[in-house]
Amino acid sequence: MTDWLSPTEWQAVALSLRVAFWATVISLPLGIWVAWLLARREFPGKQVLNGLVHLPLILPPVVTGYLLLITFGRRGYVGQFLDQWFGIVLAFRWTGAVLAAAVMAFPLMVRAIRLAFEAVDPKLEQAAGTLGASPAWVFLTVTLPLILPGVLAGAVLAFAKAMGEFGATITFVSNIPGETQTLPSAIYAFLQVPGGDAQAFRLVIVSIAVAMGALIASEWIGRRVARRIGGLG
Amino acid sequence: MSFLSLSHLEKTFGTNRVVKDFNLSVEKGEFISLLGPSGCGKTTVLRMVAGFETPTSGGIVIDGQEVTGLKPNQRNIGMMFQAYALFPNMTVAENVAFGLKVKGVAKDKRDARVEEMLRLIGLPEMGGRYPFQLSGGQQQRVALARALAPSPRVLLLDEPLSALDAKVRVSLRNEIREIQRELGITTIFVTHDQEEALSMSDRVVVMNGGIAEQVGAPFEVYNRPSTRFVATFVGTLNVFDGAVTGPQSVTLAGVPVTLAEPVEASKGATVALALRPEAVQLGRVEGADVVLPATIESVEFLGSIIRVRARAGGSVVALDTFNRMDAPPPAIGAETEVSLHARDLIVLAG
Repeated sequence: MTDWLSPTEWQAVALSLRVAFWATVISLPLGIWVAWLLARREFPGKQVLNGLVHLPLILPPVVTGYLLLITFGRRGYVGQFLDQWFGIVLAFRWTGAVLAAAVMAFPLMVRAIRLAFEAVDPKLEQAAGTLGASPAWVFLTVTLPLILPGVLAGAVLAFAKAMGEFGATITFVSNIPGETQTLPSAIYAFLQVPGGDAQAFRLVIVSIAVAMGALIASEWIGRRVARRIGGLG
Repeated sequence: MSFLSLSHLEKTFGTNRVVKDFNLSVEKGEFISLLGPSGCGKTTVLRMVAGFETPTSGGIVIDGQEVTGLKPNQRNIGMMFQAYALFPNMTVAENVAFGLKVKGVAKDKRDARVEEMLRLIGLPEMGGRYPFQLSGGQQQRVALARALAPSPRVLLLDEPLSALDAKVRVSLRNEIREIQRELGITTIFVTHDQEEALSMSDRVVVMNGGIAEQVGAPFEVYNRPSTRFVATFVGTLNVFDGAVTGPQSVTLAGVPVTLAEPVEASKGATVALALRPEAVQLGRVEGADVVLPATIESVEFLGSIIRVRARAGGSVVALDTFNRMDAPPPAIGAETEVSLHARDLIVLAG
């Protein structure tokens, strides 16, 4: 079974899964918070925040990658600070690929979760409040269970997007086998060399399989959750 | 000292003053209705008591405690909403237990209380069901049980009957009132339905344009409306123009009438005289102060009551008579007379 893919190819698949996993997990709490802000709060600069969140969806990925590079690169403002104070380097590292994938996937995640928030009747939260529940308790026992299908959908979308992220990743962290060469970067690299078509095609199959698997899993989980919260699905 | 007092409450949204200098004192165990058309500020008052809105100025005191600045979860109140607002991800029993769980009530005590509450609302077997498996009326009863389970100091009802169909509405309103009496819980009920307000309340607050136009017992508000708005909003009303002829006398459709109370208008002025449909009688009645020739325009058979509209004295007069098996309703177009008594005339101010 392992013969089916070469070690380089395996490396790319494993790295992509790792990058997509961490990009999703790390951005999820922030995604829920931002989605909540956009769905439930009125504050000055709301439209600016909304714009910033959605910007990576519209900007050319290369531009996003470049912006990440000048911000989080070794000489970037934030990159310099992270390096000096915490010894964290993102540029040309797999952790940088996580950041690039997370930024690119963020709008999709926030969109799905925001819709879920907007579908929850605020009266439910108010009712919980009159019953003595603190805002945190209301969120954990009432809101979160109700938005769970949306959170899962958002997470799966973000995961799939992170798996396929190419432009921003290659601009920010390059295409270093074993370190930053994700599935799409590897496919691209194989297509650049004569006779690499077969290798590229195998990775294409893997990409499709992972994407399909993720979608089926999310459907299944979503349906189970919907059934559990009673006739909403 | 009243149990719940609202003093000089004001609420402004932007430039819109929704509630203006609203004052109300509620005794312990009293059932008070806030009645008014939509946009009159009644819901905003309720939401300020609940803590969902902060008053622009004024204060709210419950049982001696100043609660104006407290969050809803710090007020120990129970609330019912128009659309039930049951937690769809929880069973009926879990819904009712929610407030107890928040309070940290032990599981065995919690279970006992849930059972007691479900018995109280007449749904003892429904604990394991989910809200979507219940009818609207059942859901609203569960919402009542959920609100009452933690023994709140005040019960707030935000049009809890408007989403239900007519029959359920009437039976549930009796049920709510019975339970409220049994528990002796101080209750504020918001409604735009005058029949609900009149039938359920100890006192009714009629609101319009953000102010309380009149506060009084249903009998008083209905029979002695203090403003023209109250008179026209609560119940059906016939309004005649009367020409003032003396300190306590007017002419109504040319007939001189001596009123029960003095008129605050100078001689020659026109005043509005109102009359409930049940105070107008069909035909010539012995001892009536005014008898006018009338033509029947429409007849509405409502069951126990027959509502007739007749053209008399230059306007259309609505009159209610009880159904009687031996007296069929008049035919449309029939020429007859209507009789009324001066003591039933309400002089409308403003």
